[in-house]
Amino acid sequence: MARIIVVTSGKGGVGKTTTSAAIAMGLAKRGHKTAVIDFDVGLRNLDLIMGCERRVVYDFINVINGEANLNQALIRDKNCNLLYILPASQTRDKDALSIEGVGRVLEELAKDFKYIVCDSPAGIEKGAYLAMYYADDAFVVTNPEVSSVRDSDRMLGILASKSRRAELGMEPIKEFLLLTRYDPNRVESGEMLSLEDVQEILSLHLLGIIPESKSVLTASNAGIPVILDEKSDAGMAYADVVARYLGEKRPHRFIESKKGFLRKLFGGK
Amino acid sequence: MSLLDYFRSSKSKTASIAKERLQILLAHERYYRNKPSYLPQLQEELLEVIRKYVNVDQDAISVKFEQDENQETLELNIVLPESQNSKSPLEI
Repeated sequence: MARIIVVTSGKGGVGKTTTSAAIAMGLAKRGHKTAVIDFDVGLRNLDLIMGCERRVVYDFINVINGEANLNQALIRDKNCNLLYILPASQTRDKDALSIEGVGRVLEELAKDFKYIVCDSPAGIEKGAYLAMYYADDAFVVTNPEVSSVRDSDRMLGILASKSRRAELGMEPIKEFLLLTRYDPNRVESGEMLSLEDVQEILSLHLLGIIPESKSVLTASNAGIPVILDEKSDAGMAYADVVARYLGEKRPHRFIESKKGFLRKLFGGK
Repeated sequence: MSLLDYFRSSKSKTASIAKERLQILLAHERYYRNKPSYLPQLQEELLEVIRKYVNVDQDAISVKFEQDENQETLELNIVLPESQNSKSPLEI
């Protein structure tokens, strides 16, 4: 039975695509056949983050419209042969997505894949709506910042009322929090919402904290999901997220600040 | 708390402000979630009508929208001022 995961946030720029690429790679690396779909029609970027932008021939919309079959459109990842990418169309607009079309593609993928990761676009319009509609699990990506927390809360309302599971009165979508771009030093000095603050407001099951990290940009520059940078803090944090999602118990890391003695004394950055 | 923080004022401790603002805002937004979008305007207009006859505060009126499987209920509650200084007696 395939599990459909939506990576969502409402707000843009919080790390949805970075997260989608990382967790899809993580799941595949752990032996689960995984597909990751870019729902950001017209502004596709997952292909760049996954480093397969030059191998895109057919896309999600082509498959929905029957202009290509799934096997033609799916791109096998160069780092992991259990991972496949279904890119968004760059030329069409989001109206090319339809609820029936998306449902058909997901149903076909579900026959062959263990996990299907849906990378949602920002906003709450059609692309975002269809990315979450069929989901079983939702990874809500949130920055410790007011507008991101507010948008996540709005997204939670939509997950609870507008999804297929909600409409059919099924067991609700399982919602998980991924707190990204976390800076323990700034939290300690009272400049940034803490994990506890965000948890108090959103009350979600915490899947992991991804620290603000230079390795995220380095990874996207190279088109390699950051989880493959196993020595980096963000890479390790994403590996923890995948392990926890698969049921392992792992203590949360990257919550404490790494200030040295002198920095502690003088409070510098 | 570092030495420098001690001399600095606490003006950079804005996280608590952020949290408080979010808690107030989200309580409000959650209340109106999945409720008809006309509710705030309805409340506003009802208040206007009532004020034609009685001096009531903004807080004196509450509009509650409840939804269960079988029915939707709109409950309107107006607290009239205790002293009889209204323009004319009103019975509801």
